[in-house]
Amino acid sequence: MKFSDFVSGKAIRADLRSTDKVSVINELVESLLSAGEIGASDKEDIVKAILKREELGSTGIGRGIAVPHTKHPSVNKLIGTVGVSTNGVEFESLDGEKVQLFFLLVSPPDRPGDHLRALENISRQLRDETFCRFLKQSKTSDDILQLLNEADSSQFGS
Amino acid sequence: MSATVHRTVIVSNEQGLHMRPADLLVRAAARFQCQIEIEKDGHSVDCRSIMGILTLGAVQGVSLKLSATGADAEEALKCIAELFATGFNESDTEVA
Repeated sequence: MKFSDFVSGKAIRADLRSTDKVSVINELVESLLSAGEIGASDKEDIVKAILKREELGSTGIGRGIAVPHTKHPSVNKLIGTVGVSTNGVEFESLDGEKVQLFFLLVSPPDRPGDHLRALENISRQLRDETFCRFLKQSKTSDDILQLLNEADSSQFGS
Repeated sequence: MSATVHRTVIVSNEQGLHMRPADLLVRAAARFQCQIEIEKDGHSVDCRSIMGILTLGAVQGVSLKLSATGADAEEALKCIAELFATGFNESDTEVA
């Protein structure tokens, strides 16, 4: 699976303003709403479901990266957005570090394989330090989109 | 030099090796001294790295090879294999 298969280009945010977990999840889900990927009436429920998942254990997997996610019946295909925070967000990460790089995923309840393939792609690409650093330094959503496209065409690492 | 112990496990839970099971594996591995690797189709990752485990993209039914090297290797693999066997205690209705 490639980034372009699930990342909504219009939802990408290079300038996240939030400084805490609840706000940043709201901000990222709001970006999916603005991009027309989710319905206005589903937004609150999706935010709630993502926060409920975080209660089971933070999706901050270390190295300044978090992958908040949930299943939700309102989507019929896996959708996601990418957000970058210059100053980092306190996210109760596994390594205690603030999170600068967010990949938020919403998947249909009956497609566990797609969710796994998205996680596989994200984790494989982000193992490349250069890619990770460039993403964190991105100043515009176009910068991020371009980096994701480059990663999709295997211009970083393995 | 301790011998390396091997064991093959099957991903039995419906959701596959997503983030929460990966987290459980990392936490389990951290309780042992030995080095533990998980391999799928020749791609081997450290069981202490959540990002590494996620790169396996292991869906339900996939077979994985576990290897452990160190004094408590047998015990560690028994514990890790138990997690796979019990499907990471996931119910189908649980959120991912």
